[in-house]
Amino acid sequence: MGNKRDLMPGTLDLLILTTLARAPLHGYGIALAIKRLSDEVLTVEEGSLYPALQRLLLRGWVQAEWKTSETNRRARYYTLTAAGRKQRGIELSQYEQLIAAIGRVLQNT
Amino acid sequence: MESLTFFFHKLQMLFRRGRFTEEFAEEMAFHREQVERELREEGMSPDDAQYTALRRIGNETQLREQAHDLLRFRVEGVFHDLHYAFRQLRKNPAHTATVIVILALGIGATTAIFSAVNPILFQPLPYPLAGQIVMIWERHSDGSPWFVNFGTFHGIEERTCSFEAVAALKPWQPTMVGAARPERFEGQRVSAGYFRVLGASPVLGRDFVPADDLHNGPRVVVFSDEVWRRRFARDPSIIGQSVKLDGDLFTVIGVMPAGFENVLAPTAELWAPLQYDPALPTDSREWGHHLRMVGRLRPAITREQATAELDAILHTVGQLYAKGYNESGGTPAGTQLNSLHSEMTHDVRPALLAVLGAVGLVLLIACVNVTNLLLARSVQRHGEFAMRVALGASRIRLTRQLLTESLVLTLIGGALGLIVARLGVHALLALVPPGLPRMNAIAVDGAVYTFALGMTAIVGIAVGLVPAVQSNNCHFNRALHQSACVIGGRHHALRRTLVVAEVALALVLLVSAGLLLRSLQRLFSVDPGFDASHLLTMQVQESGHYYDSDANRLLFFKNAREAVQAVPGVIAADFTGQLPLSGDYDVYGVQFESNPTGEEGGFRYAVTPDYIQTMRIPLRRGRLLAERDTIGAPTAVLISESLARRKFGDGDPTGTRVRLGPDVGHSDRPWATIVGVVGDVRQQSLALAPEDAFYVPITQWPWADEVLSLVVRTQGDAAALAPSIRDAIWSVDKDQPVVRVATMESLLSVSEAKRRFTLIVLEAFALVGLVLAATGIYGILSGSVAERTREIGIRSALGASQRAILGLVLRQGMMLAAIGIVIGLIGAALASRALVTLLFGISCVDPLTYLGVVTLLLAVAAIACWLPASRAARIDPAITLRAE
Repeated sequence: MGNKRDLMPGTLDLLILTTLARAPLHGYGIALAIKRLSDEVLTVEEGSLYPALQRLLLRGWVQAEWKTSETNRRARYYTLTAAGRKQRGIELSQYEQLIAAIGRVLQNT
Repeated sequence: MESLTFFFHKLQMLFRRGRFTEEFAEEMAFHREQVERELREEGMSPDDAQYTALRRIGNETQLREQAHDLLRFRVEGVFHDLHYAFRQLRKNPAHTATVIVILALGIGATTAIFSAVNPILFQPLPYPLAGQIVMIWERHSDGSPWFVNFGTFHGIEERTCSFEAVAALKPWQPTMVGAARPERFEGQRVSAGYFRVLGASPVLGRDFVPADDLHNGPRVVVFSDEVWRRRFARDPSIIGQSVKLDGDLFTVIGVMPAGFENVLAPTAELWAPLQYDPALPTDSREWGHHLRMVGRLRPAITREQATAELDAILHTVGQLYAKGYNESGGTPAGTQLNSLHSEMTHDVRPALLAVLGAVGLVLLIACVNVTNLLLARSVQRHGEFAMRVALGASRIRLTRQLLTESLVLTLIGGALGLIVARLGVHALLALVPPGLPRMNAIAVDGAVYTFALGMTAIVGIAVGLVPAVQSNNCHFNRALHQSACVIGGRHHALRRTLVVAEVALALVLLVSAGLLLRSLQRLFSVDPGFDASHLLTMQVQESGHYYDSDANRLLFFKNAREAVQAVPGVIAADFTGQLPLSGDYDVYGVQFESNPTGEEGGFRYAVTPDYIQTMRIPLRRGRLLAERDTIGAPTAVLISESLARRKFGDGDPTGTRVRLGPDVGHSDRPWATIVGVVGDVRQQSLALAPEDAFYVPITQWPWADEVLSLVVRTQGDAAALAPSIRDAIWSVDKDQPVVRVATMESLLSVSEAKRRFTLIVLEAFALVGLVLAATGIYGILSGSVAERTREIGIRSALGASQRAILGLVLRQGMMLAAIGIVIGLIGAALASRALVTLLFGISCVDPLTYLGVVTLLLAVAAIACWLPASRAARIDPAITLRAE
């Protein structure tokens, strides 16, 4: 647990949207995917994940439906909507701008 | 756009809340299972896996709350808070009721005073563009304003370009004679432009036109809605009908609307044109300085510009009518323009502002008191807050909750306060001094509701904020573990400060009320110059053409006087041209033979000879007037003591000669002889130094007055004789109105009504302030005694005597009172300066008042301290210690 990092503020939505861009997933799946894809550097707390998912639902960026999971259990699967795809593009470019800006500052020292 | 989708989704969710909770629970259960499975796969035992999974997900309630918060509309949070607030308030009904009553009284009193003061001081007069209306006075070389004469009015009306309209006006009291008792009306004689100046027009018929306002012009009259309703049952065919006023037939040409407020003469019910002679014959009524003048400025014209124009006009007119001005006191130096609003409010402003300030203090004390109570309550609720924080409530949420609670309290208080305000307005209307402008505009109306609501909101936030902020500063973790008394320290400091503030504010109120009380006492101990006991007064007027002749007038008054003197119980009855302390103001010039170029002015009393004896005014020198001082005999005059002293020093003025009133400056007129000197009488007010006066027999004045006041000295109760005296007058002529019946004693007290009104209101407020401050002290001491029961128990177990413990608590309370008093003294010294115009005969730092108030406050504080102190002294150490 030691080397896990807190997420940069504002990046959770982008991470969720990106994860869902590949395939619909349930909440646990999303958390797992982010953990694996980041080589276990990033963990998403349940306390942040589910409120974030609610927020995305309300904004209409994701949709939720109940399906049967790989373990044969009913689970709530989240799918990216068209609006969500667009939002992901916006957030991604914002993120890249931010990173580029930070990079420029860091290179100057 | 995006927020719209958000809102829409939320709206959708509104109908699926129940399912949402279920789905959320299922989703979390699934998540937990997955985590458990993952952990088991990592090699954990099933029990450990379950436990770790639970821990990892953490507080599920909090998670659900967070998700709920997202879904919730903002108002729902408010409903929640409200629901909880009501539950809290019901839980402690005594506390809730106390707070609500205090708030209702505070808000109610403030609202009542506001509703009285608002139309008078703050709202514009009820006319279109009321700011353009000004009153115009003549200004004399010493700077004093004078009534205008018709020469000045006529000269300005013909020439001015600064005004849309100007008008002159004077009181008119016609009598309508009919089958019933004669009714005297209050009315006005006005020049044609009067209603145009005010911006009002009749609802029925027409306004005056210049053709109405001609010398000897048509007799026309405009009615108020009230007369139309009362005497003519709103008969629309009234226009064109004739009514008989003072023996003449007047044609009704118009009726003013019901809402028309005539601030220049609030009691006036009918209006007729002035009809003065524009030829301005010298030595005529046209030159008397007795008209009031108003004007409506043109839109872009300032008062200064208009004043400059009028001054120039007056210069021209002064040269044109030099003779008329010279014989009526000289050409004025210029004009003085005051806004109508300031003219109307000038007199009552200090009293109203004092009352408004006082009620502000009461509200402040009430707020401090309520804050104190809420603080005390929030200390008791610390455990609850700590629990809620531990369960995941944010501090903002708690603050919001506390604010909601105080707002609910104040809203209930405010609603009850409106009822208090309605009652208060009734009480105020019964109390207000006569002559208060715009009295009929005093009502609990929209502006008042808005004011009350706004004030309630401010009060609610103000009183709720202190406990909310205070509780946010507390360490709830500690609070959970320990009992409430540990965290009391800072609260107590704050509550003590509040109590000190209460005492200080109460002291300011008490000092103000005390100063007014002493002023009024001083005023009523002023000798009015006559004996006011068993004295009945009334005004008798002659109406009808029979009384056009002086001889008939004098005969009527003579017969009426004899008839009244024959009434059983009457000792003496006499007539006078003006009555002291009744509002009468009748001043004429006096020219002394010893100094023929100088002119003095003095109150003129045209009296029947025995008036001086009947009033019991002391004779200082010479003789009184006698029956022989009448038509044909040389005119006999009595002058007042102060006039005699000023003109003759210690010398004897009797036998010296004067010219009076219209004879002043006319070398062809005969001299009158001073036959005696009488004591000074307060004519205008007890508070004003006596002014010069002279007395002359009615038969020897150049004309016979048509309105005289009757003074009757009676054996028993003066008021009881009023009906038989009135009948005696009507036995002489049944058509002559008798009005303004009052005992001299009531006139005396009414003359100080403004001060008395302010005093009663301030006394009431000071009392409320005192009670609230006392309960404040009592509250904090009882609270602290309750919290320190254990400490006190230990002290007495260790041998502290009851006296020592009593002293301990008393000292604590009296210390607060003492600090409050010191601060309050400074505040009172500042505040009393605002009262200066209402004070009489004492300085605004009158030591006796301050001493008395401080003593009173200390005594009340001592009682408030004594109760909890004696409770503390009775604490049984054995019981307290065992209770641990």
